Amino acid sequence: MSVDSAVVRRIAHLSRIAVEDAEVERLQGELNAILAFVEELSEVDVSGVEPLTSVLPMKMKKRSDVVTDGGIADDVLANAPEREDHFFVVPKVIE
Amino acid sequence: MTEPTHLTLSQARDALKAKTLSATELTKAHVDAIERAGALNCFITKTPELALQSARDSDARIAKGEARPLEGLPLGIKDLYCTKGVRTTAASRILDDFTPPYESTVSANLWRDGALMLGKLNLDEFAMGSSNETSAFGPVISPWRRKDASGGFDTARIVPGGSSGGSSAAVAAHLCLGATATDTGGSIRQPAAFTGTVGVKPTYGRCSRWGIVAFASSLDQAGPITRTVRDAAIMLRSMAGHDPKDTTSVDAPVPDYEASIGASVKGKRIGIPKEYRLDGLSPEIAALWDQGVAWLKDAGAEIVEISLPHTRTALPAYYIIAPAEASSNLARYDGVRYGLREKGRDITDMYEKTRARGFGAEVRRRVMIGTYVLSAGYYDAYYVRAQKIRSLIKRDFDIAFAAGVDAVLTPATPSPAFAIGEKGSADPVEMYLNDVFTVTVNMAGLPGLALPAGLSGNGLPLALQLIGRPFDEETLFSLASAIEQAAPKIQSPAPWWG
Repeated sequence: MSVDSAVVRRIAHLSRIAVEDAEVERLQGELNAILAFVEELSEVDVSGVEPLTSVLPMKMKKRSDVVTDGGIADDVLANAPEREDHFFVVPKVIE
Repeated sequence: MTEPTHLTLSQARDALKAKTLSATELTKAHVDAIERAGALNCFITKTPELALQSARDSDARIAKGEARPLEGLPLGIKDLYCTKGVRTTAASRILDDFTPPYESTVSANLWRDGALMLGKLNLDEFAMGSSNETSAFGPVISPWRRKDASGGFDTARIVPGGSSGGSSAAVAAHLCLGATATDTGGSIRQPAAFTGTVGVKPTYGRCSRWGIVAFASSLDQAGPITRTVRDAAIMLRSMAGHDPKDTTSVDAPVPDYEASIGASVKGKRIGIPKEYRLDGLSPEIAALWDQGVAWLKDAGAEIVEISLPHTRTALPAYYIIAPAEASSNLARYDGVRYGLREKGRDITDMYEKTRARGFGAEVRRRVMIGTYVLSAGYYDAYYVRAQKIRSLIKRDFDIAFAAGVDAVLTPATPSPAFAIGEKGSADPVEMYLNDVFTVTVNMAGLPGLALPAGLSGNGLPLALQLIGRPFDEETLFSLASAIEQAAPKIQSPAPWWG
């Protein structure tokens, strides 16, 4: 499988990464090189094989459904590029 | 007295205990060495004041007879580990001047045991790379140089490997006694191999991933890079352990790994996988591997040929699974909660501009590949198939271990280190091939150890890799110390950098 320029633009948008027109051709080449590299996997017989979800035969641990921290809004917001009181500020989402 | 930076971690520990050296002297010597080594670009952030303050505290504790296992030992921390109050960048512009209000569990374990931090070490951006050329803070330069035909050194700037290139170069250049590192597809073992140091990627779940910037969560594991096998054992013991904050962290006691150093390896069965003898394997690497076999045989181990038939599928499957997980993990860098923000005409435009400017080329490429293989219509063909192949890779090892193999011996890298710009500029896959011997270990969640075993014809370090059963790092340490004993001693590179 290989990607064309329309697919490159679509993946970039799904990835939320802006691409310039001039970059599309180069990205298309790089992505196709990687897709060609993984192509040999389609020849491996995987019938009856379960996908691996954990390398350890271990049950997913679950902690109690309780608050383990809290009251640290200042810490949470300390690195925000833009904030107001205890809120993150983003461009307007709803008209 | 020996120059303090010439001591190994264990020798420094013993000197502090014997009070022939103070933690302040030891730390000062390393701070000075770092100041002279700017040309290597190992550190993104230096913390000399913090280090010297901790050293004074350690000296006070030692005087009171309250020394802890790593008391007063100066270390470097890969800048992928969050450190409370100290800038953490993951070598990315997108994290800008992020200052975590929390400490990673592994680094907290080291401070609990008395170690101190000299600073934050450079790496490939978000740990994606095999040469440390993708860092937003510039490449790390290896302290090693190539010999030219006349017996001198050529001027090429050699890569220290990646992604833990700052860690491996700093340890090789004696800027710290040891360093933390992380390994997703070989990022501890490959840089250790390129710099003549010892790198251990423990069993998945042995070290907590909490507070370490995530790349691919089902593969990432923390581990040490040091100058000796004993030092790695000492560091890993402090780094490892159960952490309720990481649901993949395993609740099992941590052995005293140092006790395995020098233990007999008589009767251990060592598997030699025939599939690792790749077409075009350099004769130098092939000879080194044979030499490793001979050393272990001489030490009393039994050598058996084994087959790991899915070896060749590991690297392509990795380049589906790791980017898929990365695309998901890196979705959090959106310019809202921390780091860089670029202005946009609406919120989507803001996200897209922030991520385009904040991520370097390799990260953008991998996020996009990951997005593609997880997207509707391709998920089963790529991602689910790769996870099935991962089951087959793990099964190969399970079969070998069930047949009585105690550990596997392989080369660590297909070649010695190369120079900056020599690989991957035309085709990203060329760079990915560096991890061909290390990546199976991450796919199967096993422990792996790389250690120096010789020098190439042009004077650069070459390494062997040992792969162990899950949670049997002890066998790896005893086998590695047998090889370390037998192998020729590799002299540290002479400090041309100042």
